[in-house]
Amino acid sequence: MNRIDAKFKELRDRNEPAFIPFITAGDPSLDVTRELIVEFDRKGSDLIELGVPFSDPIADGPVIQSSYYRALSGGVKLSDILELVKDVRKESEIPIVSMISQSILFKNGCDNFVRSAVKAGFDGATIPDLPVEEAEEIMEAGKKEGFKIICFIAPTTTSDRMELIVKKSQGFLYYISVVGITGARSELPADITENIQNIKRSTDLPVAMGFGISTPEQARAAGKVADGVIVGSAIMREIEKFSNQGNKVLVDKVGRFVGELVKSTKDQN
Amino acid sequence: MKTLETGKLNLNEVFYGQSIPDKSGHFGKYGGKFVPETLMPALEQLEKEYLKAKDDPKFNEELKYYLNQYVGRPSPLYYAKRLTEKLSGAKIYLKREDLNHTGAHKINNTLGQVLLAIRMGKERIIAETGAGQHGVATATAAAMFGMKCDVYMGEEDIRRQSLNVFKMKLLGANVIPVKSGSKTLKDATNEALRDWMSSVENTHYIIGSVVGPHPYPMMVRDFQVVIGQEVKEQIQKAEGQLPDYIIACVGGGSNAIGVFYPFIEDKDVKLIGVEAGGLGFDVGQHAASLSRGEKGVLHGSLSYVLQDDDGQTSLVHSISAGLDYPGVGPEHSYLKDTGRAEYVSVTDDEAVDAFNLCTRLEGIIPALEASHAIAYTVKFAPTIEKDKIIVINLSGSGDKDSFEVAEKMGIDL
Repeated sequence: MNRIDAKFKELRDRNEPAFIPFITAGDPSLDVTRELIVEFDRKGSDLIELGVPFSDPIADGPVIQSSYYRALSGGVKLSDILELVKDVRKESEIPIVSMISQSILFKNGCDNFVRSAVKAGFDGATIPDLPVEEAEEIMEAGKKEGFKIICFIAPTTTSDRMELIVKKSQGFLYYISVVGITGARSELPADITENIQNIKRSTDLPVAMGFGISTPEQARAAGKVADGVIVGSAIMREIEKFSNQGNKVLVDKVGRFVGELVKSTKDQN
Repeated sequence: MKTLETGKLNLNEVFYGQSIPDKSGHFGKYGGKFVPETLMPALEQLEKEYLKAKDDPKFNEELKYYLNQYVGRPSPLYYAKRLTEKLSGAKIYLKREDLNHTGAHKINNTLGQVLLAIRMGKERIIAETGAGQHGVATATAAAMFGMKCDVYMGEEDIRRQSLNVFKMKLLGANVIPVKSGSKTLKDATNEALRDWMSSVENTHYIIGSVVGPHPYPMMVRDFQVVIGQEVKEQIQKAEGQLPDYIIACVGGGSNAIGVFYPFIEDKDVKLIGVEAGGLGFDVGQHAASLSRGEKGVLHGSLSYVLQDDDGQTSLVHSISAGLDYPGVGPEHSYLKDTGRAEYVSVTDDEAVDAFNLCTRLEGIIPALEASHAIAYTVKFAPTIEKDKIIVINLSGSGDKDSFEVAEKMGIDL
């Protein structure tokens, strides 16, 4: 069984929401990214979303955009990220999903990307600028290798589109909790519960929620309604904050922050 | 006195003999919609509303009214006698889009889209701009219809085009400097798309060229097709025949597609797009996506793109801010692959020489963008017979470029 499916099955049996940290590969360095993934696993994270840096991201806010910029300035290539995951697999079996732009995916070719990603130890991908209508090729390539293509649902998604998306998505569904780009927000919208329940009525796939979740309190609230909680910008901001204090301090501090997020996501009482 | 009674405009003319793009927005394999899910419903709504508007005689009449009375269409097709004599080759006509209100072809599109935004009940307009021509054209249309307007512009372009920045502010628009990436048009486009992700419910995003996700490449083309429709009528009247060559500069490609499109089925008319060759063909020195790029996805569509082996967008350069863009409209990629249009490039220096030549000989200061089309003609016209006819789309006025050209010539203004 694919690591993603196995993880969500295990969590479902325990009636526990997943905590999913996002980090950019290669910010501040590939070594630190590797250490962070292992540390996040140790702190009880359930799945990792690993961002492949792209020069022109349109779904991401300023925090993730500048982390991409730093990673690219450091010369990070897709081939380096595949090597990184290979190295992680020596220490951790945590499911890893890549977040990759269609620009990079197209350049590499769907079959080629999926084959090399699976070989490296990736379990799936989210492609934030690829709507289901254009996703057939990567879906087919993914199916051949048991590589999950996770689709997005936004608050603006119409019910017709939702039906199409829940049919196509694999592994889980990524619910975008706010209209807009990634990044911390002080409040989450009120209609989330209703929207997620609505999705869950039409599919058995787990629904994870991301965009705008930045504090342990918000993570707890999100964990009450969704099967998974994704936090990205808030973690990347911590990484930026500690990036000049040496790798050990950085991994320790950011690991602690993720630990708190895990705890409040899981603590539903 | 205008040579035509009314500006010719028919948004529904089909020139391929089939519907291109297809229903999902593809020009052959190019185009499509590569955007976050959050924007998909907005694009579907935009497409639906646009297709309705395009079939609505009232919308066509209204747009035609503003194009004639406000923009000053039709723009003249002017026989450039001295330029023709100097090059001693084919007969050269200039389609004077520089004489439009706001000094470029961009207003054709922004008026159409603002009218559409009003139909859709949106209160706010956003736009990206490179040279500032599209920003000014958007701010102008927004001012006339009393809409709130925010324009994203790269810091580097703000420096190069301070006059247009000032104009946009006078027109009541808010110019938002973009500091990310190369601080030019592509980065302004990223920012505008990001804004739209968060504001889609009350905001319409006016893309300035035939780029971006479907339906933009189709819709912007349709709003610019009036250029070619007029040329067709004007050249028939002047010469009793169609031109042999149509030459236009290509950044995103909206002025070029506007003048090419009505001639697509007239196979004897050769269509030539001229890209920015910049300082030469090393990476980062030019912006010739069709001549030097490869297939890739940028800003929501599949087209020719300048990118590295990993799919990261390359840095580009052109003396002309309006051509300084690493992508190009998907329909141009389709026209290139089908061989219907040919794409060439000229350097910064050649463009500046042509800028000077046109100014001296014709008393017309062309935009640096359009100077690329003139520069290619300078090389090309002497190589063909004198009975041939070339139409250059003079897409904009060079007033905005005075400072840039002075700097290049080492003159302090």
